Formats: sequence, structure tokens, C-alpha cells
Amino acid sequence: MAVSTKRTQGLADKHFHYCPGCTHGIIHRLVAEAIEELGVLEKTVGVCPVGCAVFAYDYFNCDMIEAAHGRAPAVATGVKRVLPESVVFTYQGDGDLAAIGTAETVHAAARGERITTIFVNNAVYGMTGGQMAPTTLLGQKTTTTPFGRQSSVAGYPLKVSEMVATIDGAAYVTRVAVNSPKNILRAKKAILKAFNVQLKGLGFSLVEVLSTCPTNWGLSPPEALRWVKEKMIPVYPLGDFKVPEDEV
Amino acid sequence: MERVLMKGNEAFGEGAVRAGCRHFFGYPITPQSELPHYLARRLPEVGGLYLQAESEVAAINMVYGAAAAGARVMTSSSSPGISLMQEGISYIACAELPCVVVNIMRGGPGLGNIAPSQADYFQAVKGGGHGDYRLPVLAPASIQEIIDLIVLAFDLADKYRNPVMVVGDGILGQMMEPVELGPAPEVTPPPKPWATTGTLGRKSRNVVNSLYIEPEELEKVNLRLQAKYKQVEQEEKRWEEYRADDAQVIIVAFGMVARIAKAVVDSMRMAGIPVGLIRPVTLYPFPDKPLAASASGAAKAFLVVEMNAGQMLEDVKLAVCGRKPVHFYGRTGGMVTSVAEVEGKVRDIWEGLK
Amino acid sequence: MLEAVLLAGFGGQGILSTGMLLSYAGMEEGLHVSWIPSYGPEMRGGTANCAVTVSDAPISSPLVTEPTTLIAMNLPSLEKYETSVRPGGLILYNASLIYRLPERQDARVLGVKANEVAESIGNIRVAANVMLGAFIEVSQAISLKSALEALTKVLPPHRHKLIPANQKALQEGARIAREAGLVNSVNH
Repeated sequence: MAVSTKRTQGLADKHFHYCPGCTHGIIHRLVAEAIEELGVLEKTVGVCPVGCAVFAYDYFNCDMIEAAHGRAPAVATGVKRVLPESVVFTYQGDGDLAAIGTAETVHAAARGERITTIFVNNAVYGMTGGQMAPTTLLGQKTTTTPFGRQSSVAGYPLKVSEMVATIDGAAYVTRVAVNSPKNILRAKKAILKAFNVQLKGLGFSLVEVLSTCPTNWGLSPPEALRWVKEKMIPVYPLGDFKVPEDEV
Repeated sequence: MERVLMKGNEAFGEGAVRAGCRHFFGYPITPQSELPHYLARRLPEVGGLYLQAESEVAAINMVYGAAAAGARVMTSSSSPGISLMQEGISYIACAELPCVVVNIMRGGPGLGNIAPSQADYFQAVKGGGHGDYRLPVLAPASIQEIIDLIVLAFDLADKYRNPVMVVGDGILGQMMEPVELGPAPEVTPPPKPWATTGTLGRKSRNVVNSLYIEPEELEKVNLRLQAKYKQVEQEEKRWEEYRADDAQVIIVAFGMVARIAKAVVDSMRMAGIPVGLIRPVTLYPFPDKPLAASASGAAKAFLVVEMNAGQMLEDVKLAVCGRKPVHFYGRTGGMVTSVAEVEGKVRDIWEGLK
Repeated sequence: MLEAVLLAGFGGQGILSTGMLLSYAGMEEGLHVSWIPSYGPEMRGGTANCAVTVSDAPISSPLVTEPTTLIAMNLPSLEKYETSVRPGGLILYNASLIYRLPERQDARVLGVKANEVAESIGNIRVAANVMLGAFIEVSQAISLKSALEALTKVLPPHRHKLIPANQKALQEGARIAREAGLVNSVNH
């Protein structure tokens, strides 16, 4: 029987530790496939975050660096400036990128670092036990907003893609979701494009991926996928926020 | 050999270039700014890169990335900025990456001031960040020695795969003295097969990491680090002795204060008081041997002089181990110890010995 | 021989580069030298000073708390540092901006109208080098020739057109000191 699909070379032969229904695994696979398809696996260096994806260095089948919480874009900057011909990506969650690492994210974009950032937004801190993230929705219950996030106390959800798109050094900024097969295919295209932007040396590229956290949302996996569609996408609309000028 | 007049901060930069450092990441802070100014001009001349980060936090993490990619890399800052870098230094120490961090110390705590100080001794030598780690710490006392010790710092960093700190104070950073540069040393950093450069040409992939979730595993890592520090302690202690052989009062001081102490040794000898100086060049590993030897020999008393409230004092007491009295004289807050003040202290000790 | 010289004045009076010129010239003569500035906010508009040590023996401490010579370019500098001068030391003051005599009776003193001299040369910015010329003449710590030659090393190439004015300043300062006859005696 012909093999119609197989494991991407971009992933190591290792079981994910992620919870049932979590979409980190899908996003890992899309990133790994993109790196493999572009033929750059051997010159890729990935930088992983602190958060649920902290063990990503075990999964991606390339050289990997584990960074301190929020510092992945700075670490990636160091690698890329030493090895300009390499392909460098960061893989970060919403706490890592949009709270403790906001400065590193904004300034990597401002410098137009030729790196690609995969930003996984699931509106909650996963690893530390379901606390409020900067991207938690208004009214959303978390362990630190037990009555729902109130703007009068905890402010508003941070719209990272919209913000980063205002920065001149950012060449490609887009938001995708992995809650349906159609959206997964779109996400794959966006990730491929982000790496191509890096390979062309056009500047900083960021793909924000709306992801699920059934465990901390208190939902079943199918309910979590519906929650992305019904609750998250209205606040975090999908689409391109910035594309390279020659493609406008 | 041609002598050139060079500012301390610039000498740190030129020393780094001579050591083969081609990447520098930093954030402005007084009184070390001439160092990044110098490298921003100098590194591009030798095909290197100077990059100004958005913070000290980012700078040290850029250093982490560059070191992981196999580069000889350096950053510099001054006390408050070095505090911000401590998280990154702890990660770099655990991930066993080589790099050099320069601290031109200023008055603290807090925002303090920009005057010279040595109040970051504990932070430098006891492991300023979290966890059980150590950094070799070098303390030059002249512009010439800056040039020489920066080269040594890079060599030690590569030899032990460990961050190395070089500390000076605002005076050393700001002053000018003649230096003899001579031909650049032969720089041959060891191969770095562990570097994350992409897997091309390699069978297995490299991971730079400081996360070991199983305590058994992390303990192994710690034991390996401790074995490394043990070797550092056995092989890397450096110090200078000045008229110390027959001295009955031994002054112990490092960096700029050691030069002030030297003047005191000379003036006291002229006055017939047998004073000598032991100057630690490495603050970690601390050169306890010459102190222990003096304590069992001619020395009747020790005087530790620092621009802090008594930090190296603890290491001196450990080395002397109660065999002889250890006195202390220090100024804080950016005040500089004067020759006359130390002379007064030495006379008091001498009177007490009679 | 050990000369510990404190040069002080307003920021912008060329204090730091004059100190550097003395250091460089001393180095070229094979002497031990050190130069250290006061640094920080006081550099901007307020008093600026630097300390230069020139010695035939290695310099242990570059800090100058008791100068053998004070070169005071303005009144605040004279007031701040006059008392620190070593007994028997030298006070050179800029008589263009300082209208009182130094109070020290145990020091050698010479006033030089450095601003007027510099203006007559055509460049007010060389005033500090007029004072340096006077210092060299009185102290004989280095030769005037070394200072004249060191200008090419201390001034960056794009400032080399200023070398003649600076040389003139050094020579005029030396001439004034020579004619004042102040070498070893207190002479108000």
C-alpha cells in the first residue's frame, strides 16, 4: 500500500507531552513541515520559550536553544547576527511573548531582525495553572480572574498582531487559527510565507496562531475548537496585518 | 614597542578585539559608555558587529544566542545594568556557554551614583543570579592589565565553557595610561562542536538548554558544574605580591584600590614600617594560598581595603582562618579611599602591634 | 620627579585635552604618566577637571588628592582646590577670569591672562594650552618641544589646522612664565 502521508523530517521521533485537544501539536507539525519543505532543516536554529512549549527543543528536529521566559527574540537575534545565513525561528506563547517578553518582541520587530516568530495565543497561561494572560478575553474566567476578566481591574486583551504591524521593521504579520482543517491549511501557508520572508531578508515576520487550551478553559476538545471560533476570532480577527510591499 | 595613551574603557574594547571577539551587545550606562562607543567604531573595521539592545536583559540574552552560535562575544555594563543581567548569566552558566561580561562598578545600592565603587564584589564572585554557579572574575589594576586580562578572560571562557566577568571601577574605566599593544596575540578558540549552528555536516542535533526537569538529572548537571569550578580553583588563582615577603602588615586590595595601597606600602616603608601588598587578580577563584602563607609567616596583621563595606574581607578572613587579626578600611557610596586614610589605618595597626 | 597636576575650569575650556597633551608629551619622553578626569553631570557646563601625573617612577595611584600643581582656569576652580595644593606647590591661575590673588602663602603662584593671550592668537579655545606652556616652563617636568610635537598625536587629523595656534599658545605661556621669573620663589 502506498504511503500517503508520513512524519515530517522536521519533527523528532518523540511523543508530545501536550494535553488532549491542545493544538500545540498541530502548530509544531506545521512549522516542522514548512522548514522541511523549504529545504532548510540543516541550517535552522529554533528558540523555544518558557511555557507549555518549553520542551519544544525535544520535538523540532533541528538545532534548538531553550531561552529564558520572554527572551527568545533576543536569543534569536544573537544567533542570527552571528550566523546570517541560518534560518532562525522563535516559538512563543502569549505569556512569554506578550507579557514578560513584550520589549524583546517589539524591538526585534523594530530592528527588522530576519527571524520568524510563531506566536501561539490561547488566551491563558497553561503551564503554570490557567492564570490570566495578556490575551485573556474580557469576562473569561481564569484562576487569577475567577469572576471573569474585568477591564476595570485587569485591563484589556492585547492585540499583538495589530500592534506589531505598526512597526516599520516588521515585514509580514498575520493571524491564523488551527480550529478547522481549512484554517489549518491557511496557517500552513502563512508559516511558509513567514519563513520565505526571512529567507528573502525582508525583515521580521510574525505568525500569530489562535490555539486551544481545553484543560484550562474547562472545555472538551470539540468545545474548545468551537470556543476559538465563537469567542476568540471575534476579538482576534484572522488575516494579514502586514505583507511585504511587493505583494500588496 | 610603541606606546599609546588609552582610556580604560577603550582598552576593554581593544582587548576584546585582540582576543578575537567580533560581537558585542550592550545597553548604555555611565560610567562604561566609552566601551560601547569604542566598539561601535572598532568592530565594523574588523568585520564584527556592535548592536545596541533595548535593555540589559535583552543584551545578555543576545550574548546567550551569539555564544550558543559559537561566537566569541562580550557585553559590558555598570552595576544596576549588571543586576538586570543576572538572570541571563545564570542561564548561560547552566547552559555552559562561553562569554565575557565587563562590569565597571559604580556607587550603589539602587540607582546610587556614577562614582567609582567595588560594591558588586559579592554579586560577582558568589554567583549573582539564582542557583549554584560561579564565574571566574578578573580584576585588572592598570590599563595595560585590562588588555592582557580581557584576552585571558576569553581564553578562560572557552576553556571552561563558562561566562567570565571582568570588573573595574569608574576610575579604571575613565583613566588614561600608556599601553604597549605589541602584535596581536595568536587567537585560536577551541572547536565548538556543541554550538547550535544548524545540523549541516553533523549526525545529531545540538540543543543548548538549562532545563532539567528530573532532579536526578539536574543534580548530575550541578555535580559536573561543581567539578568544573573545582578545576578552576586548582588552576586559575592569580595574584600579585608587592614587598610582601618580610611585611608584618599585609594590605589586601584589588583593582584601583590596590594601586592606592601600593603608594601606602612605599610611604610606610620609607617611614620604617614593614608593610606589603597582596593583590588578588582573580577574585574568583580567590587566591587564598599567599594569604594563608603570610598568616603562618612574617605577617602579624592584615588590612583589607575596599571601596565597599567589607565584602572581599570575608574571603580574606576565610584564607587567614583566625591565625592573625584581619582589619578593614573601606569607603562606600562612590567615595574613593585616599592614601592618607589608609596610611592612618596602617599606623594604628602598627601601634597596636608594638 | 613626580608632578601631580590638577587642571580645573569650565566645561568647554579645553581642560581635558590640555591634560591629555601633557600626558602624551610625558609618555613620548619615556616618563610614566596617567590622566584621569572627573566625570559625570559636572562635565556639562559646570566645573571640569582632570588630574595628570608625570613621573620618572611607576605611578601607583593615578588619583591626585594633593596636587603639586593646580592650574585653575576659573574662580570656582581656584576656590575649590586652592587648599588642596601641596605646601611648596605651584598655583597657576587664569588672571583673565580670576580677579583675586590665591590666599595660600606657602605656594608659588603665577597669574597668566590666558584668555587675552588666546584671543590675541585668534582662538579662545587655546587658553588652557597657554597655561600648560607656563606650567612646563616653571616646572621643567617635560620639555616644551615634546608638547609642541605631541599636538599632532592628540589632535585628531581634522583638527590639525589648529596646530599652529596651539603651538603659539604653548610658546606664549612659556614666555610669560619665563619673563615673570617665577621658578622657585613665592612671587605674587
